[in-house]
Amino acid sequence: MLKLNGLSKTYKTGDTALSDVSLDVQKGQLIGLIGPSGAGKSTLIRCINRLVEPSSGEVWLGDVDLVKLSRSELRHQRRRIGMIFQEYALVERLTVMENVLSGRLGYVSFWRSWLRRYEPRDIQRAYELLDRVGLLQHADKRADALSGGQRQRVGIARALMQDPDLLLVDEPTASLDPKTSRQIMRLLTEICAERDLPAIVNIHDVPLAQAFMQRIVGLRAGRVVFDGAPDGLSEAVLTEIYGAEDWNPVGNDDDADDTPVVVPKVAEVLA
Amino acid sequence: MSSYPTTWRRPPQIIPDRRLRIAVQIAALVYLVLAVGSVEVNWMRVSEGLERGQRFVMGFLQPDFTSRWGDISQGLIESLTMTLTSTVVGVLISIPIGIGASRNIVPRPVYLFCRAVIAISRSLQELIVAIFLVAMFGFGPFAGFLTLSFATIGFIGKLLADEIEEVDETQVEAIRSTGASWFQMLNYAVQPQIMPRLIGLSLYRLDINFRESAVIGIVGAGGIGATLNTAIDRYEYDSAGAILLIIIAIVMVAEYSSSYLRKFLQ
Repeated sequence: MLKLNGLSKTYKTGDTALSDVSLDVQKGQLIGLIGPSGAGKSTLIRCINRLVEPSSGEVWLGDVDLVKLSRSELRHQRRRIGMIFQEYALVERLTVMENVLSGRLGYVSFWRSWLRRYEPRDIQRAYELLDRVGLLQHADKRADALSGGQRQRVGIARALMQDPDLLLVDEPTASLDPKTSRQIMRLLTEICAERDLPAIVNIHDVPLAQAFMQRIVGLRAGRVVFDGAPDGLSEAVLTEIYGAEDWNPVGNDDDADDTPVVVPKVAEVLA
Repeated sequence: MSSYPTTWRRPPQIIPDRRLRIAVQIAALVYLVLAVGSVEVNWMRVSEGLERGQRFVMGFLQPDFTSRWGDISQGLIESLTMTLTSTVVGVLISIPIGIGASRNIVPRPVYLFCRAVIAISRSLQELIVAIFLVAMFGFGPFAGFLTLSFATIGFIGKLLADEIEEVDETQVEAIRSTGASWFQMLNYAVQPQIMPRLIGLSLYRLDINFRESAVIGIVGAGGIGATLNTAIDRYEYDSAGAILLIIIAIVMVAEYSSSYLRKFLQ
């Protein structure tokens, strides 16, 4: 579905954010992208839809190389890629409905979007998606009147409104409490399963990634250093990705609480 | 524990060297004394002027609204017309210029061009523009209208551009990532963020334009300023007082209503 070939990004400042990243994403696959701050997770995601221009390499979405596209062709292809952001990135002064409908911007003419005269089909679909994420009664509220978890649900609805072939998800839970984080992750995985939608989820919470992702890719200093199943994340691998640290979750209460995957390991270590 | 010092003074922040600091302070004081000493005051002229000033103040205390009411009302209508039309035209022109002068959303040549337009508009003071335009288009409110429109472009254009450069980039990024065009991005991501500020600025400029219309009238650009100038030239300080009181009243009304409106729009 998505194939990255030797993707590299060097910023004007000379910082190399990505070097030679190659990745193959299958349809319906949920990939958790983990790594320390500054490892290039955000850059990698943004290079795929060219919010950040890659320095070299190829990004194949189906049979189109996104890197070679002109501006207008790129706009056309961006419709196929839904994006969900860390701080939700909703337009705060617009209503929830407008935020969801903005997912259609790539499909409708300027005048139609300016006058907010969307096709009945689109409006019906927006209501359907709002109902799916449980916000039907909030449609006419302004986005800044919602709580964090609700805003992220609107962000998910906006991305789905694009009818995407791929979801790029940038730290979806970084601004949310542990319970809401898990609810959002559950919603995301359900939605991807319903639609057989592949997603690249940039996430710094390792236990959360292990609990919800089918495949984990570890980035360190712009290079892929791990690519495999979540249960392959051993202490040695985590050290390879993040550097030396005591990975024993004791004393790290909020992690220990909601990580059934890691808790048995604690018992082993203590025994 | 007991070896830690018990006194603390804030270290000097701007000039760390103590001797230099004292030298600079003394130099500034000496210059001030010399400068004040060099101002020539003609005390004869001052006492004469004080008398005239006194008559002016007396006129203020006994304002005469009636004997020149025809001129005053005509001047007021001219000023208010000039204010409103120039604000509307100025804001309409400054919106595209302000957008063009925002580094984050336009290509560099457009940015440089629009910033240049704003710089020209801002560097020329209203009075100078008014004198020039009165020479070009003759006495009357048309020159005033053009002057105020021109000044509004610089004011709104600059502040709007600064506001657009400060918008939340992630909202812009989110809208761009949906495949939106540039105009759709402007309409969906930028406009909602800057609208309250644009309305506030326009209202603020409306009351600046009214005050400025009184000033530029003095150099012949029509409006209440021309009436005021005539009244002073004729030594009719009671009518002049009436005009000033009316200007103050209108500015105060504009001030309160615009701040109320701005609060309402937040």
